[in-house]
Amino acid sequence: MSTSTIVSLPDQSTARIPKMNYLTKENGLLSWLLTSDHKRIATLYLISITFFFFIGGALAGLIRLELLTPQSDLMAADTYNKVFTMHGVIMVFFFLVPSVPATLGNFFIPMMIGAKDLALPKINLLSWYLYIVAGFMAIFTMAAGGVDTGWTFTTPLSTHYLNTHVISTGLAIFVAGFSSIFTGLNFIVTIHKMRCPGMTWFRLPLFVWAHYAASILMVLGTPVLAITLVLVVLERTVHIGVFDPALGGDPLLFQHLFWFYSHPAVYIMILPGMGVISEVISTFSRKRVFGYTAVAFSSVAIAVFGFFVWAHHMFIMGISNYAALVFSLLTMLVAVPSAIKIFNWAFTLYKGSITFETPMLYAFGFMGLFTIGGMTGVFLGTTGTDIHLTETYFIVAHFHFVMVGGMLMAFLSGIHFWWPKWTGRMYPEKISQFAAVVTFIGFCFTFFPQFILGTLGMPRRYAAYPPEFQVLNVFSTAGATILGVGYLLPILYLTWSLKYGEIAGDNPWQATGLEWQTQSPPLTENFTELPIMDHEAYDYEWLENKQAKEVASVQ
Amino acid sequence: MSNSSTIANGAAAEEHHAHPAYQRHHFETIEQQFDATNFAMWLFLLTEVMFFGGLFTAYLIMRNWYYPAFVEASHQLNIGWGTANTGVLILSSFTMAMGVWNAEMKRKGGLVLCLVLTFILGLCFLGIKSIEYHEKWEKHHIPGLHYSVSSFVNPASDPEVFAEYHDKPLAPDMAAKTEMYFFLYFAMTGMHALHMIIGICLLGYLIVRANAGDYTTGHVTYIENFGLYWHFVDVIWIFLFPLLYLISRY
Repeated sequence: MSTSTIVSLPDQSTARIPKMNYLTKENGLLSWLLTSDHKRIATLYLISITFFFFIGGALAGLIRLELLTPQSDLMAADTYNKVFTMHGVIMVFFFLVPSVPATLGNFFIPMMIGAKDLALPKINLLSWYLYIVAGFMAIFTMAAGGVDTGWTFTTPLSTHYLNTHVISTGLAIFVAGFSSIFTGLNFIVTIHKMRCPGMTWFRLPLFVWAHYAASILMVLGTPVLAITLVLVVLERTVHIGVFDPALGGDPLLFQHLFWFYSHPAVYIMILPGMGVISEVISTFSRKRVFGYTAVAFSSVAIAVFGFFVWAHHMFIMGISNYAALVFSLLTMLVAVPSAIKIFNWAFTLYKGSITFETPMLYAFGFMGLFTIGGMTGVFLGTTGTDIHLTETYFIVAHFHFVMVGGMLMAFLSGIHFWWPKWTGRMYPEKISQFAAVVTFIGFCFTFFPQFILGTLGMPRRYAAYPPEFQVLNVFSTAGATILGVGYLLPILYLTWSLKYGEIAGDNPWQATGLEWQTQSPPLTENFTELPIMDHEAYDYEWLENKQAKEVASVQ
Repeated sequence: MSNSSTIANGAAAEEHHAHPAYQRHHFETIEQQFDATNFAMWLFLLTEVMFFGGLFTAYLIMRNWYYPAFVEASHQLNIGWGTANTGVLILSSFTMAMGVWNAEMKRKGGLVLCLVLTFILGLCFLGIKSIEYHEKWEKHHIPGLHYSVSSFVNPASDPEVFAEYHDKPLAPDMAAKTEMYFFLYFAMTGMHALHMIIGICLLGYLIVRANAGDYTTGHVTYIENFGLYWHFVDVIWIFLFPLLYLISRY
C-alpha cells in the first residue's frame, strides 16, 4: 500500500474554496490597511518582505556580476561598497529578521495554539507599519546616494571617515528594530496567555517553541541595537565621540554593543527556520519529532547561550586573550543545542515513512547546508583559525550557508508547506520540486567556492581581487545565476497557483497541528469553536482515529 | 472535506458572548485580557531596561576612563534642583498609585484628581529640568554647541561651583572630556525626559477618558498599565540621579 505521496486532496470536481474566509470577509484597501487579523497582517508582511528580498537579491546579483572579473570594472569601488552595504542592510533587517516570524509565525502561532488572534492585534498592525516606514527610509537612503559602511556600521569608519547616509540608514534600522520588538513581544504574550484548554507547554508544536526562543532574543537584544544606533547618530550630528577614538571614545564599546544584538540576531533569523523544519520533517516522515523535549529546550538553550558569545566577532579587534578564550569556549557550546536539533531530525527520519514533497526537499537542503554552515562556525569560533579566516570569503560563505542555505531554505519550505492553508490552493508540485533542486544546486555552486577563496585568503568587501582567484569567482557568479532562477520560479508558480492551483481542502498533508484541523483558508477568528487539545503534538494515531470517525459519521 | 459544515458553524461563531463591552473579541475571558496586556506591559518595560542599559554601560565605561573630568563635570549639576525633581517624581508616583487604587474602587472623581495631579507633577519635573538645561546653556556646557571648558581648566572662573567643591584645574585634554560627560548627561536625561513627555501626552488622553467615566466601570487595564510605565520612568530617574548628580559629591 505504499504510495509516494501523502497528499490527499478533495475531489476537484466538487471541491470549492469556502465562501466565508479571512480573505473574503471584508473587501477594499482599507479593510487590509486597518485590519487587526493576524492572517491579513501576515499576508501584508509576506508581500512586503518579498519585495525587499528582491531588492536585496538584485543587489546580490550586482555584487556577483562585479566579482566576475578581477578588476573593478562594472562599478567604481565606492559604488561597490554601497551595493554590498545595502545588500546586507536589506537582507538582514528587512528580510531575514522578519522573514519567518512576521509571516508564517504571525499567521500560524495563534492557529497552532488554538487562539483567535495574537494577544495584541493592534500592536501587530503597528509593527507592520513601522516595518514599512523603515523600509521607505531605507529605500530613500538608497535613492539619495546610499551608505557604504557595511551593514555592521563599524566605528569610527561610520562616524568619522565616511560622508554617506549613515544617519538615515541608522534611523531606518532603529524603526525596523521596534517593529521586530513588537512582533517578539506579541509572540511571547500570546504563547503565555492565549493557549487553548489542554494546550500545555509540552504539547506546543516545536514551531511555537522556536518562535518563543527567537522572541526572547528580539525583546532583549533589539533595544540594545536601538540605543547603539542612537549614539552613532548623535555622534555624527553632535560630534561627541562615545565611539570615536579621535574624540576620546571607545570603538570597542561600539563593537560590544552592536554584537550584543547582532550575534543573537543570527539566532533570531535561524530559530524560526528551525521551527519550520521540525514541522515539515515530522509531517513528511509521519512520525513524532524524536526527542521532542530536547528539541524544545535546545531552542531555548540557543537563545540563552546566544547572548554570551558576541565577542567571537571581535577576536582580532583587541579584546584580551582571556576574553577571547572564554568566548571561544562559549561559542563551541552553542553548537551543542544546534547539533541536538540536527541529530533529532535525523532520528525522526529514521524508520519514518518519508515522502519527498517540496517542503521536505527544502528541509533536506536546510539540514545539509545548515550543518555545514554550523560546523564552519565552529572553525571560526576557534581563535587560531579565526585569525586566519576572519574578514575573508570564508566568513561570507559561512554565514550565507546559515542564512541562505539555512534560513531561506526553511522559509521556502514553510511557504510551500503552509501555502495550501494560507491560500486554500496547492502549489504545482512538479515544478516546485524542480525549483527546490535548482535552488540547492545554485546555492552550492555559489558558496562552496567562497569557502576555498576564503582559505586562500581572498578578503571580503573589495571590488577587485588578484587574477588567480578568478576561476572560483566565476563559479560563484554562475552559481548565483542558477540560484536567482531558483528564487524566481516560486514567485511565478505561487502567483499562478492563486488562481489555478488545485483546491487543497482542510488538511492536504495529513498533518496533526491544530491549524490543519480547520478550513483553508481559515475563518477570520480561526476556529468555529474553541479547540480543546486532548492529545500530544505530532500524534498521527490521533489524526487517523479522528479521520476514521469523520468518515464513519458521514456514512 | 468538512468544508460545508465549517461554513455553517462559521455563522454561528459570529454570535456575541455575554461579556463586558471593553473585552476585546479575541480574548476568551476578561481575566485573560487583563493578564495578557499586563504581561505585555512588563515585557515592554524589560525592553526599556535593555534600551537604557546601553546608555548606562557607556556612561560607566567612560566614567572609568575619564574619571577626573567626570567628577568635575558632575559638580556642575545642581543637587538642589536634582533633589527637588526626585521628590516631584516620587510624589507623582504616589499620585499615580492612588489613581490606580481609585480606578479599582470605581471612584471617578478621585481617579481624575489623581491623574490631573500626576499630570501637573510631570510638567513640574520637565519645568525644573528645563531650568537645569538652561543653566547649562548659559555656561556653554551644551556639547557640540559652543562648548567651553573654562569652568574646568580654570575652576575659579566659575565662583559658585568653586566655592563649594574647590576643584583643581584640569589639564586641557582631560578638561575636553567633560564634554563627553555632558553628552552622556544630555543623552540620558534627554531620553528620560522624552519618556516623560510621552507619558504626559498619554496622561492627557487618559484624563479625558477617565472624566468620561471609561475607567471606573471595572476596566482598569489602561490605568494600571500606564501606572507601570510611569513608575518605570521614575525608577530610571532613581538610577540617573545618583549616577549623574550624587556620585562625585565627595
